[in-house]
Amino acid sequence: MPSMNPDHTQWFYEDLVLKPMSAESAVDAITQLGTLLQKGGFVKETFIPAVIQREQEFSTGLPTAEVGVAIPHTDVEHVLREAIAVGVLDKPVDFGEMGNPGNNVPVQIICLLAVAKSEMMVKILQSLVEMFQTPGVLKQIIQAKDAFEIVDIFRQHCQTE
Amino acid sequence: MVSEKRVLVACGTAIATATVVAEKVKEIAKEAGIPVSVIQCKSAETRGRAMVFKPHVIVATTTVPQDLGVPVINGVPFLSGIGIDAVKAQILEVLRKEE
Repeated sequence: MPSMNPDHTQWFYEDLVLKPMSAESAVDAITQLGTLLQKGGFVKETFIPAVIQREQEFSTGLPTAEVGVAIPHTDVEHVLREAIAVGVLDKPVDFGEMGNPGNNVPVQIICLLAVAKSEMMVKILQSLVEMFQTPGVLKQIIQAKDAFEIVDIFRQHCQTE
Repeated sequence: MVSEKRVLVACGTAIATATVVAEKVKEIAKEAGIPVSVIQCKSAETRGRAMVFKPHVIVATTTVPQDLGVPVINGVPFLSGIGIDAVKAQILEVLRKEE
């Protein structure tokens, strides 16, 4: 069970990182990561189906300069406490491309966002987007050796305070 | 005196990616010295909002109707980092147009 420091807004936990990860599809990947969030008490049972449904309607695959990333998420009502589950796939899976329906992006890094307040959504998203655009960081994540290293990279680059 | 331009930013929920993109649009316009008024909406509300707000341009991170008589620009490059310069140029071109 991930530890929780009540004084500090924490988004990343070692127990919520899957690396290595293998998935057959975007739905499979979302289900695996969503299960971690659910077991950790971060989200309600309605979270995973809500994310999958939203992903079909508004895809979140982003083709970046280095590695395809996806940021699946859903409404705050399905979330109990904020966290981001991170999956780093050995082999990419296809996600629909954001803003470009019908197009797929091979995604290797998945950040499944559990956001409890909508104003936090914007902050975390801005922070993530900036991180994705920082040269070398996504490659660093792919090459990280374990969950601890990945959490460390995210915490360094993704500050919302 | 440059007249104020209206930009409608649309995304799936109106609060997440639209906010990120809206701030980028404001930044670009400010740098270029063009006064803008930027509002956000859900993609499903685009048609109604566009009729009332009469934007000069729509910047979207999801699909929106293309038949509103307003140029629609894909705002996803602000999120992915790919093609940011091109999309900035596109937006500025529209904002600089005389009415």
